[in-house]
Amino acid sequence: MSTVSETPTLTTEARGAGHPTDDRTEQQSTARRSARTRRAGKRLVYHLAVLALVVVILYPAVWMLMSSFKPSSDIIGNINVIPETWTFDNYTKAFGGIAGISFWTFFKNSLILAVASVVGVVLSATVSAYAFARIDFPGRGVFFAIMIGTLLLPFHVVIIPQYIIFNNLGLVNSFWPLLLGKFLAAEAFFVFLMVQFMRNLPRELDEAARIDGAGHVRIFRSIMLPLMRPAIITSSIFAFIWSWNDFLGPLLYLKQPDLYSLPIALRIYVDQTSVSDYGAQMAMAVLALIPVLLFFIAFQRYIVAGVATQGLKG
Amino acid sequence: MLASLYLAFTDYNLFRDPQWIGLENFQRLFDDPRFIQSSKVTAIYVLVGTPVKLVAALAVAMLLNVASRGQGAYRSIFYAPSLIGASVSIAIVWKAMFSDDGIVDTVQQFFGFGPGGWVGDPSMTMPMMILLAVWQFGAPMVIFLAGLKQVPAELYEAASVDGAGPVRKFLRITLPMLSPVIFFNLLLETINAFQVFSSAFIISGGTGGPAGSTLFYTLYLYIKGFTDFQMGYASAMAWVLVVVVGIITAIFFKTSKTWVHYSGEAK
Repeated sequence: MSTVSETPTLTTEARGAGHPTDDRTEQQSTARRSARTRRAGKRLVYHLAVLALVVVILYPAVWMLMSSFKPSSDIIGNINVIPETWTFDNYTKAFGGIAGISFWTFFKNSLILAVASVVGVVLSATVSAYAFARIDFPGRGVFFAIMIGTLLLPFHVVIIPQYIIFNNLGLVNSFWPLLLGKFLAAEAFFVFLMVQFMRNLPRELDEAARIDGAGHVRIFRSIMLPLMRPAIITSSIFAFIWSWNDFLGPLLYLKQPDLYSLPIALRIYVDQTSVSDYGAQMAMAVLALIPVLLFFIAFQRYIVAGVATQGLKG
Repeated sequence: MLASLYLAFTDYNLFRDPQWIGLENFQRLFDDPRFIQSSKVTAIYVLVGTPVKLVAALAVAMLLNVASRGQGAYRSIFYAPSLIGASVSIAIVWKAMFSDDGIVDTVQQFFGFGPGGWVGDPSMTMPMMILLAVWQFGAPMVIFLAGLKQVPAELYEAASVDGAGPVRKFLRITLPMLSPVIFFNLLLETINAFQVFSSAFIISGGTGGPAGSTLFYTLYLYIKGFTDFQMGYASAMAWVLVVVVGIITAIFFKTSKTWVHYSGEAK
């Protein structure tokens, strides 16, 4: 009986529950109702299980947020997640910055780096992807293979020669070492992503344009760029978030306090403040994460789709 | 890169010209107890952390892979830690949660375990780091979930008709059909695990302590290259890492023929 009643239950549910149906006997509808409650019960258990997992996963983030509103003495050794006394002192301290340099300086540095990274990646990756996907130049296969090769290579191999080069150029303590690679399409991941995307665009489009007398520049600007929108958006989001979270790069190249990006400032802050001042650390950690979280909330559809299809890492 | 290869055979400290010293850097590497320690730490992290993370990712992906309301929201929430997990902010949170009298310490004392945070205990820092890695299971989970949706439902229906139970279905249908995705995730996560840096740096205050228990390979490389300015030595380390990762990647690809199953030619 129960297996038989599955199907009608499904269809009524799809039509909207509580729909009056034609000639059902008392018996049938009781069976249907009990089947429905059983299914609802199962669904409830399922959602409760998933929600329990959600709580576990979100716990550290919630703990961080709540702790940032607690007096430092309540963060350690106090199990309550909700602050017993709410305070904004931590934020006042965090905005005060380090050694006379305001929080907003670090914020501004991080923002400049992130926005410039996005611009650099979008400009260089789209152009070089166009070259790889649409122009038949000698050695294309070899260059493409080399580019893919750099993807698999641990980036720690290049940091030392890179550092020496930038050091010799006198560019340490400037943003250039962190941005140059992005403007020169050295970020193979984005180039790869865009090449893959561009290869799926119908070639008839550019052939039609070519017959109409358009050159590469024209085809790229008027046909490719508009069609590449989804790939550009995905790349921009990840370029921003990676740059924002980057720690090793700024750690190597930015040694002047007024050039620090947020992660570096945060690290100095942790080293400087006494161990017990967790409150201010938490407040600053929250502030540093807010832009990433806003990005995530705004673009989560693109982000999750990007991960699912391209294996992009967060 | 070639510059890096050259430097690996030299003694270079950024201020003097590089001196060619042949294989000496590599010889010194294997006599260096801190190098051995950093390799060990990284190996444990990769060997334990990656499988645990992937199993968690697959389990949650299967949990979410049922038609139900809220799936998209759940997926986004579980993914979020992957986005922020490597940031300095989260490393600080981890450090605070696992410090002496921190929240974890309080809970473990409540259950009758000895006091002491994990941060200061050399035997507990590795589980703490692995937990941080597992917390970021969202990225591979999203990839698994996308893979699970590709498995044709007919296969499960046919198996049900033939009387296969859920375990059997998982072993005979889900795993083989998912093997390309498992391969991809395994490769990606292994390479990523070798490169963990910021969290170890923050949690140990840049030292790899206590007792070298968080001296990850990349952290030691950084210390050698940019604190001690032994750039030749650090380049040698970098090349050892490249070779090891290269060998592991090659092994993955070689063995993949025996366990990765491609249906049709499309992937």
